[in-house]
Amino acid sequence: MLTTLAANTHDLSHHGATWADVVEVLTLRNYNTRLVVISTAVLSAAAGLIGSFMLLRKRSLMGDALSHATLPGICVAFLLHVAMGGDGRNMVGLLAGAAAGGLLGVGTVMLITRHTRLKSDAALGIVLSVFFAVGIALMPIAQRSGGAAAGLDTFIYGKPASMVMADAWMIAAVAGLVLIVCFGLFKEFAILCFDDSYAASQGWPIGWLDGVMLALVTVVTVVGLQAVGLILIIAMLIIPPAAARFWTHELWAMAVVAALLGGLSGWLGSTASAVFEDLPGGAIIVVVAASFFGLSMLFGRARGVVPRAWRHVVLSAKVGRQHLLRAVYERVEARGESGGRAVSFESLLAMRSWSARRLRRVIRSARRAGLVSRASDGSVRLTEAGRADAARVVRNHRLWEIYLINYADIAPSHVDRDADMIEHVLDAALVTRLERLLEERSGAVVPSSPHAI
Amino acid sequence: MNYMTYDATDISTPTDDAAKQAAPEAVEPQPLRASGDEHPTDAPLSVHDLTVAYHRKPVLWDVDFDAPQGKLIGIVGPNGAGKSTLIKACLDLVPKASGRVRVYGQPYDEQRGLVGYVPQRETVDWDFPVSALDVVAMGRYGKIGWFKRVSKAHRRASLDALERVGMADFAERQISQLSGGQQQRVFLARALAQDAQLYFMDEPFAAVDAATEQAIVNILHDLRDAGKTALVVHHDLQTVPSYFDWVLLLNMRVVAAGPTDEVFTSDNLQKTYGGKLTLLDQAAEAMARQQ
Repeated sequence: MLTTLAANTHDLSHHGATWADVVEVLTLRNYNTRLVVISTAVLSAAAGLIGSFMLLRKRSLMGDALSHATLPGICVAFLLHVAMGGDGRNMVGLLAGAAAGGLLGVGTVMLITRHTRLKSDAALGIVLSVFFAVGIALMPIAQRSGGAAAGLDTFIYGKPASMVMADAWMIAAVAGLVLIVCFGLFKEFAILCFDDSYAASQGWPIGWLDGVMLALVTVVTVVGLQAVGLILIIAMLIIPPAAARFWTHELWAMAVVAALLGGLSGWLGSTASAVFEDLPGGAIIVVVAASFFGLSMLFGRARGVVPRAWRHVVLSAKVGRQHLLRAVYERVEARGESGGRAVSFESLLAMRSWSARRLRRVIRSARRAGLVSRASDGSVRLTEAGRADAARVVRNHRLWEIYLINYADIAPSHVDRDADMIEHVLDAALVTRLERLLEERSGAVVPSSPHAI
Repeated sequence: MNYMTYDATDISTPTDDAAKQAAPEAVEPQPLRASGDEHPTDAPLSVHDLTVAYHRKPVLWDVDFDAPQGKLIGIVGPNGAGKSTLIKACLDLVPKASGRVRVYGQPYDEQRGLVGYVPQRETVDWDFPVSALDVVAMGRYGKIGWFKRVSKAHRRASLDALERVGMADFAERQISQLSGGQQQRVFLARALAQDAQLYFMDEPFAAVDAATEQAIVNILHDLRDAGKTALVVHHDLQTVPSYFDWVLLLNMRVVAAGPTDEVFTSDNLQKTYGGKLTLLDQAAEAMARQQ
């Protein structure tokens, strides 16, 4: 399996891209493009998958130490091959060197954290910079050694376009391995990541499981060096899983979404760099992944910023409307049977600590929902639907107040405000339980308020 | 199962026992504070001369006791007394400098199926993307074995465990959305799902609401009624007599171990908590400095 490091000549060697080029890349008609795009996507998907477990194991940065430590391994393997009379461009040898260097780096981190009192962040920082420095120092030696060292820096920054068929097969094999192991050991990895000492108490060999995980990260990193480069490969192990976490609260879904986002990033990034020759492939893949991360952080269904803010807006609008309904209801109730049903804006304003602006907004929202109507003099009255709703809201509020006073020992003077928060989230089941609990007290459809309104 | 046989030897009169405590050289073999090879082989847990050290500073020193069958046992002592370490050493989670631990007469790794564990709540990241039921199902993993999925029957068993701690309604809830007390109950349910004979619980009462505390106490009583044994690290001295049948007063070494009404005395508490800088501590400091 001898392959060359030299970048293969690429069909799309123009500087500007025409539509024809774009279409050709997107349709994957060109052999080279197809090879590069598909293998990069598969690789990034595998990185996203195993990266999910690394992220949850809080070992993501271990991948960074590992990838940086591959460089001296690569250089040493190159020099060895030259010393044995070769030209240094033995891909299998170089990748084996990369893996050895990477594992040596991780082993060093573990030794430092186990036998000194240094914490892992310091150990990681020391190892990744020192190993990388050694690699950089070996580069000129490799270049002067007489071998063909021209392609060595491909490993640092990544160059998807330089991949050949053998690389694609290797990536496919690694991705298949990652998929099989993560599927087979899903529950074992889950318990390891969530609670390692509990797992150990149950007899799960956590050292071995960690070793398997590390081995998968190593092979993904090593075969990914060419595509993304050793500086940036860590991005593909962290960013897609971190982005996936915004979409779901379930482990398997997180792993799947991370693989999808990773794969998509690899696909789009390598496509972009195939269309525009000047764009560095590895960096573009990371930038694409980062933009997915940004979108996920904003719009992720489970914990994105926007959905959360939206849920808050919806809830506070609902709470505002319910406050209005209750204010109108209690005002009318206080007047008794003979009183009118319209309540003036000013008296509503005085009932709660809301600003005139907020009150106007709440009234508008309630009107749109068909709960209240507004007369020309500005007074508010409940519609038929509004009255029914108001009765329910007031009832919940008072049930809850009575509960707090009788069962939670909260002073009647404080109970109104506490009930205020909770009554809006009471669901039917809870209300039923409250009703049962307070049966003897609340014979009326709407119990009377336990305190002066 | 011979739950009752050991109990019989264990129930001795207070005076009788106090005498034994005072005279450890007594010829007659004693179940509470045996030494050397006189440990009964059928005790749920027997700890022989256990010493554990972190960075060569001893945390536990010559701990030696037998836990009686079918009792709720409180492990009590000041911070840094080695209570959690004792549990972890029993579970092979930290290396022992010397000594050995037997679970029903056998080494722990042969008896894992009989032992349930409730770690401290803060030891895990509750933001982890799993549901309450998923966490409880982890208690079944040992029975499920390698590579296999969690089957319907095991999910059912996990749900039953959640039901027992009053958390069945929260089965599908993501764990970060649970309150501290609810999280503690999930941990307890996970241990219940292990369906063990001997339980180790590390501060299950730490920072929980009154309702959860009561729920946990009820479960402990259920476990005892079913003939199980539980060792519970506990901080609130006030509740020790009402919660536990037996206590282990620990401060690096065993200050006292035995039935609560005999051992949980102000004198022993003074020995456990008072005068932190004992000769033992000073020796430990000296060893740490040596390094």
